[in-house]
Amino acid sequence: MDSKGSGRRQFLKHAGALAGVAAGAGAGAEWAAKGQSAKPEPHAQEPQDHRELLRRGARFSVDHITYYTPLQDYGGIITPASLHFVQYHASHFPDIDAAQHRLTIHGLVDRPISFSMDDLKRLPSVSRVHFVECHANSSLMIHTQGNQNMGLPVQFIHGMASCSEWTGVPLSVLLNMAGVKKEASWLVYEGADPGKFSHTVPLEKAMDDCFVAYGQNGETVRVEQGYPIRMIVPGWQGPHNVKYLSHIKVVDQPYHTWNESMNHSVARPDIGGKARWYQFQWGPKSVITRPSAGMAIPGKGYVQITGLAWSGGGKVSKVDISVDGGATWKEAKLQTPVHTKAHTRFTFDWNWEGQEAMLLSRCTDDQGEVQPSRAELYSHWGITGAEAQKPNRAIHFNAMQPWSVARDGSVHDAMFTS
Amino acid sequence: MRCSLLSLLVPAVVLAAPAAALAQSPTYNVGKPLSQEEIQSFDFMIGPEGQGLPAGRGTVKEGEAIFAKRCEVCHGQNGEKGVLRRLTLGTPGKPYRGPFKADEKDSIAYYPYATIAWDYINRAMPVPKPGSLTHDEVYSLVAFLLYRNGIIQETDVMDAKSLPKVEMPNRHGFIPEVPVYPPEKKPSWW
Repeated sequence: MDSKGSGRRQFLKHAGALAGVAAGAGAGAEWAAKGQSAKPEPHAQEPQDHRELLRRGARFSVDHITYYTPLQDYGGIITPASLHFVQYHASHFPDIDAAQHRLTIHGLVDRPISFSMDDLKRLPSVSRVHFVECHANSSLMIHTQGNQNMGLPVQFIHGMASCSEWTGVPLSVLLNMAGVKKEASWLVYEGADPGKFSHTVPLEKAMDDCFVAYGQNGETVRVEQGYPIRMIVPGWQGPHNVKYLSHIKVVDQPYHTWNESMNHSVARPDIGGKARWYQFQWGPKSVITRPSAGMAIPGKGYVQITGLAWSGGGKVSKVDISVDGGATWKEAKLQTPVHTKAHTRFTFDWNWEGQEAMLLSRCTDDQGEVQPSRAELYSHWGITGAEAQKPNRAIHFNAMQPWSVARDGSVHDAMFTS
Repeated sequence: MRCSLLSLLVPAVVLAAPAAALAQSPTYNVGKPLSQEEIQSFDFMIGPEGQGLPAGRGTVKEGEAIFAKRCEVCHGQNGEKGVLRRLTLGTPGKPYRGPFKADEKDSIAYYPYATIAWDYINRAMPVPKPGSLTHDEVYSLVAFLLYRNGIIQETDVMDAKSLPKVEMPNRHGFIPEVPVYPPEKKPSWW
């Protein structure tokens, strides 16, 4: 008790000294004096070193910036913030002055309100581990479009999914302060990026577990991740998590923003040429990150199979592994604690005897949902015959990823050969 | 005795009221009220029935000139063939009615509501300088593109009243027809 107490006093003393430095440096504001940095600086947004960009499989175009997370390169469940994927709809990241940035809530509310960053940091905070995943991650086109400049296949096929500990204010706190009117049922919200990226979310989900994040893995949200704030909509398709969040409007119907009605809707054979939209949450999903395509098992004997599993529906309850293309299955070990709507690390001890093998992982979540095979997903979507044997533009893809192992130990993408 | 009981009860009742209020909505003393004028200065989130559309108007002819100057460089002449999205399907007087798949989704003919075009062009176009178009220019560009897609007549004028009334050929091309939450019971990956 005593030692703890004195430790805490020591800490406070140091924190106070640091705060004094911060205040002395001209950061100002009452918070600096109380031990909180008044002016958190974002981390370098654009890596200066071309090797860092290569590591992220970075791609740039006139209206897009994309980074792929090198899932093969790290352990555990937290994606380093510098390696978090980016799927950004403009040619450059915005340069936002956090001291000037405001978040507004208006529309069907009793008290339209505007928050500064200091305001948001004074409100009750939560820290939660969640994955964020682009709606187009694992799409079948990328299997043939990817190349070595984008890293290994597991990076460019499945690396538009990352997982962080996000810190911020529950949206319910902010909405309750504004006083949501009875007739409200949806939100539409936008960012302060050049194209003011906008999206909608049902009010029920917003009040349940969404939050406005200013922290990521213990640091300020990085510029490419939405500095100074972004929306976090746990478990749902990536575009919901609007970066540089600036305005939230409470409305009484879905607003069908360009992104969700046009850009992200999917034409599918099973619905007679119509398009599926508002797909909301990700289903159970998993991928073996090691060994995976492009790697080689160095020799016979012990191989640890490891990878990540996640579900937008809740917690991962089980991951099964097959090394014979699905003929037999055994349960993998899960790293604990398992977080809800978060990446979950699995491992599986395997003894490779030099035979050809087909590796598969299959996720089951706590809602009882099971990750489908490609054949099951295609049959569900009405994709049959020759169409089912080639890449297509279907997105919201959560089927199992087969990796084949040859006798020489080399590992290959078997999505279209298994 | 009666008196002392009362004196015990009264403070209890007085205390209970603020405690209940606290549980519902603590007083955070942060945030600044927003005036209607402030909201109007930034609120251009346009609803499918035209909610939020500002004053202004535009014609096909005006839109044609603006398109040539600001948009053609990426989208090609009349939005038909450029380095970025192809914006037209069908021709004036003859709208394309589907099926929409792959790249055909890029056309304005795909939109379920014409108002989406106003919202998106206003917020995100042109790519090098989003937000630089006036409201009249946005109405004009929407009119021009709707005309090139065969959805309105060359003489139609687009404004806050006429735009939401434009009937889009792909209006009923989406499943579910009306997005609902929670969704109907199907696998989450449906």
